[in-house]
Amino acid sequence: MTARETILAVVARNRPSGQHLLPAIPRFPQPEEGGRVATFLRNLIAMGGSGLTGSLETDTIELVRERLRGPVICSAVPEIVGNRRLDEVKQPHDLADVDVAVVRAVIGVAETGSVLFTEGELIVNTLAYLAQHLVVLLDPDDIVSGIQDAYDRSEFHQAAYAVFHTGPSGTGDIESVLIHPAQGVRTLTVAFISRSPTGGAG
Amino acid sequence: MHAAGIEVVETDLGERIQQLDGERPSNIIGPAVHKTRGDVAEVFARELGSDPNNDDVHYLANIQRESTRPIILKAEAGLTGCNFAVAETGTVTVCTNEGNADLSGNTPPLHIVSMGIEKLVPRVADLGVFIRLLARNALGTPMTQYTSHFRKPRPGAEMHIVIVDNGRSERLGMQEFWTSLKCIRCGACMATCPVYRRSGGLSYDATYAGPIGLIVNPTIDFHKYSSLPFASTLNGSCTNVCPVKINIHEQIFAWRKVIAEKGELPMIKTAMMKTAGEILSHPKLYRFAVSSAIASLRILPHFLVYNPLNTWTRGREMPEAPRETFHSWWKKNRGRQTPHGADQ
Repeated sequence: MTARETILAVVARNRPSGQHLLPAIPRFPQPEEGGRVATFLRNLIAMGGSGLTGSLETDTIELVRERLRGPVICSAVPEIVGNRRLDEVKQPHDLADVDVAVVRAVIGVAETGSVLFTEGELIVNTLAYLAQHLVVLLDPDDIVSGIQDAYDRSEFHQAAYAVFHTGPSGTGDIESVLIHPAQGVRTLTVAFISRSPTGGAG
Repeated sequence: MHAAGIEVVETDLGERIQQLDGERPSNIIGPAVHKTRGDVAEVFARELGSDPNNDDVHYLANIQRESTRPIILKAEAGLTGCNFAVAETGTVTVCTNEGNADLSGNTPPLHIVSMGIEKLVPRVADLGVFIRLLARNALGTPMTQYTSHFRKPRPGAEMHIVIVDNGRSERLGMQEFWTSLKCIRCGACMATCPVYRRSGGLSYDATYAGPIGLIVNPTIDFHKYSSLPFASTLNGSCTNVCPVKINIHEQIFAWRKVIAEKGELPMIKTAMMKTAGEILSHPKLYRFAVSSAIASLRILPHFLVYNPLNTWTRGREMPEAPRETFHSWWKKNRGRQTPHGADQ
């Protein structure tokens, strides 16, 4: 018998008696004080992230451009042009020198202040970790209410890799003092920019 | 793996501190929680050449970030655990705050995941419940900073999942103990446990410390861990905070019965229990014993209290004995206000 067969046989033999039907998962409406975008922003800031909103989307794009400090800028979005091309990256560790990365989020989650990426948005997964700073474009209409709503997305059935980022990297491992950054990005900034901007983004 | 000539580097800050210091992790959420920033500065100065006089937490975390990144960049394999695996999609979910597991899973060409068989949940929708429970109960945050879902390897890379039993399938057959398999390793039982908070995780000499360790470790090595279920006051705080409703303190008590029935009680504990049983069933004897114990603790020389039979003092200081017993204090200060006080 292989180890797998042995384990499965013992599990089958030791299965606790009785019926074990899959439970229906209850949904609880999430409080969204001040609206969904405001709730998202509050939770994002509580987790160490920050938000960018101009009065017009063109202003927000300008605010994003002001954030692009450092010699190496790598963009995975059409709205921003960087100086490191993702299609020329051969190995994941090639992105270790990136100062600022710009990525679009699939969705945001108001309950937690999280943003979701898959390999489709990141193109090279390490972009979201090796860069020193991460700027995330998020369409306000793409914010869902709770984490349970987020798990309804088809990306969790289709993508090879999917990840929620909730603020920048952090650690409380020394004296339980929470600090940013730890080993991932130093800062995470969310800019509210629609998928098809009305203004002249370019 | 070290014996097989493979160098393994811990990438979590707390785990790395412990690895560099040659110690086990003492807590599943904060592995180096028992160390002060000064201790960490000393370990990093010794092992990583940092400034021994700088114990700023940001400085120390940055030392580790800068020394670990190059190792991850050239590593041939990244090893991660798994918080939840999803049967319906074959996904493994890894939660971190530092981003270290996400770097380790996405950078090297080989990703090896180790998971216990009990990490499996049926559906993606179940993650909506469990991911919520984990961060809330571990850290009081709505979510871990990073929640990675690996469903298949990147093109050109490899991903392997090692599914570990290590006594779990046998535990499933133990009527009183199988529900401990529901544990999601949030550490809430440790954070609330008065014994753990005093003794620290290292004193358990096991991977799983605290209340959950008391009921899990004996299923892994009954003989080695047969004294652990006695390290509890059975106050039940662990059961109250457990987000997956494991009746931890009841299982601790059930283990004591199993251990006593199997004759695993150490001889000295049996003798002490017999004496304690005598004394505790006779109130007058008890009061005399307590007051004379206090009196002797205050005057006995150090070597008599800290003798090899008193295992408590191995690695610990005895608490200072109070000047008088509670009963004598009560008699003096409140004795006249209550009829029970006079009943000596």
